[in-house]
Amino acid sequence: MADRHTGMVEKRGAGHWLTHAGLILGVLFIFFPIWLAFVASTITQPEIVHPPMPLLPGDQFLENYAKALVSGVNAPVARMLANSAVMAIGIALGKIVISILSAFAIVYFRFPGRKLFFWLIFVTLMLPVEVRIVPTYEVAARFDMLNSYQGLILPLIASATATFLFRQFFMTVPDELAEAARVDGAGPMRFFVDILLPMSRTNMAALFVILFIYGWNQYLWPLLITTDPEMNTIVMGIKQMFPSGDDIADWPVIMATSILAMIPPVIVVISMQKLFIRGLVDSEK
Amino acid sequence: MEKRVIFKGVWLPLLLIAPQMLITAVFFFYPAGQAVWQSLFIPDPFGLSMQYVGLGNFEYLLSDPYYRASFLTTAIFSTLVTLVSMGLALYLAVLADRLIKGSGTYRTLLIWPYAVAPAVAGVLWMFMFNTRVGVITWYLGQLGYDWNHVLNGTEAMGLVVIASAWGRISYNFLFFLAGLQSIPRSVIEAAAIDGAGFWTRFRTIVFPLLSPTTFFLLVVNIVYAFFETFGVIHTITAGGPQQSTTILVYKVYADGFVGQDLGSSAAQSVILLLVVGALTVLQFKYVERKVHY
Repeated sequence: MADRHTGMVEKRGAGHWLTHAGLILGVLFIFFPIWLAFVASTITQPEIVHPPMPLLPGDQFLENYAKALVSGVNAPVARMLANSAVMAIGIALGKIVISILSAFAIVYFRFPGRKLFFWLIFVTLMLPVEVRIVPTYEVAARFDMLNSYQGLILPLIASATATFLFRQFFMTVPDELAEAARVDGAGPMRFFVDILLPMSRTNMAALFVILFIYGWNQYLWPLLITTDPEMNTIVMGIKQMFPSGDDIADWPVIMATSILAMIPPVIVVISMQKLFIRGLVDSEK
Repeated sequence: MEKRVIFKGVWLPLLLIAPQMLITAVFFFYPAGQAVWQSLFIPDPFGLSMQYVGLGNFEYLLSDPYYRASFLTTAIFSTLVTLVSMGLALYLAVLADRLIKGSGTYRTLLIWPYAVAPAVAGVLWMFMFNTRVGVITWYLGQLGYDWNHVLNGTEAMGLVVIASAWGRISYNFLFFLAGLQSIPRSVIEAAAIDGAGFWTRFRTIVFPLLSPTTFFLLVVNIVYAFFETFGVIHTITAGGPQQSTTILVYKVYADGFVGQDLGSSAAQSVILLLVVGALTVLQFKYVERKVHY
């Protein structure tokens, strides 16, 4: 096929600029809400509560972010950020570890119940937290996991998607490698650690990017099991910063918190764009 | 597909698979089983004992006008979210695909909102349309339109739809762009030589060739609208006004956690399980291998 950039279908001139204009409009639509939140996080409360608020940043950036990070509303946002980091990394690593182990077992061994286990893992796809809210909460409560990191992480780390992904990848690993390992007298775990794990590095990294974002952005589960503000994650903590009743919300601090809540996952997506796209496409296959 | 070369042993693989099965059993199957079990009972008013009512909870639910309304709300909500986010994403992807240079730059600019949590998207949009301080509310007021999604159910629905669709554009854009770029250039150029204009080419060639991607995204977006938009609803409207934005997932939460109506909540969970089951089967049976990346 000819180089697509030399094709005749692309337009020059007016059509070309209209294409850019359309895309820029789309980019503005995407950016505008975030821009407003950023502006709101750099101005004073009176400037917001007497609308319209300005559309350009003010000079309160340091004050608002410092106030949010150090004292917040119910709990310091720095603390919520740390909670989110522990949860997101815990979920991502947890899912990767238990999934790669089960995929290894399913692909490289024949044992009783293998098919059954595979199907049981598959079925978890049909059981998102959202549909088993109350009973899952009861289980976590019975294990004394409310307001704890185990409670935030463990119930979310079973992963059919990650297991399938590793299984699919292991199927493409040449049989000769396992054969050679066996001939050399290396046990299965030796093969796993020395050969399979290093080969899976890119897959694990791509998956980590997707799972980190998944974990960071959890809302319903942390909302259920963290009643102590000190254990809130930042994504679910924002809503908790709004006063009940008629009190006026501390908008600059809340908007600073919203910006802070976006930064880590956005950095992950932008800085690891290639891995992110790969992880996204792989995990949906 | 099976491996020819395998390792011997029974205990080792069982040990390897044990962590996954343990988590799955304790936090997935047991609670799901509990939901099914609880859906057959109602607790007495003091919560001391449970009374078996068979399918009573289901009969009650399906005759409950609020629950039926919630079904309709969910249908409208997920249809709109899917259409809006896929429509905008397709439009942007078609434009980006036309570019000779720079589609990569636009891709970078357009994909990162994927990382913004639905709940955070909810807060951002709620801020813009806040009835007291919202910038858009204020400008709409200047134009003579009195925006109030706290009282007006239609406006509330519009707002949660836009907020949910907004965060989803990136994802759809990425898949549409990949789909468009995999269509052979020669096919499109052949049509161009035959005198087909852009719109004709899009209608007769591009869109049909894109249909596997479209179908895949349709299913994935419906799943998203059903289950992952809880954060948007909870932050913007909390299901109101008058339950006009109470989608099914929100209702399970509201009835089970806030209302403490365990039997009904469990029955709703069971109905949702059937919905997810159907969607998952649909996704795997009809979507899996028919999508080109």
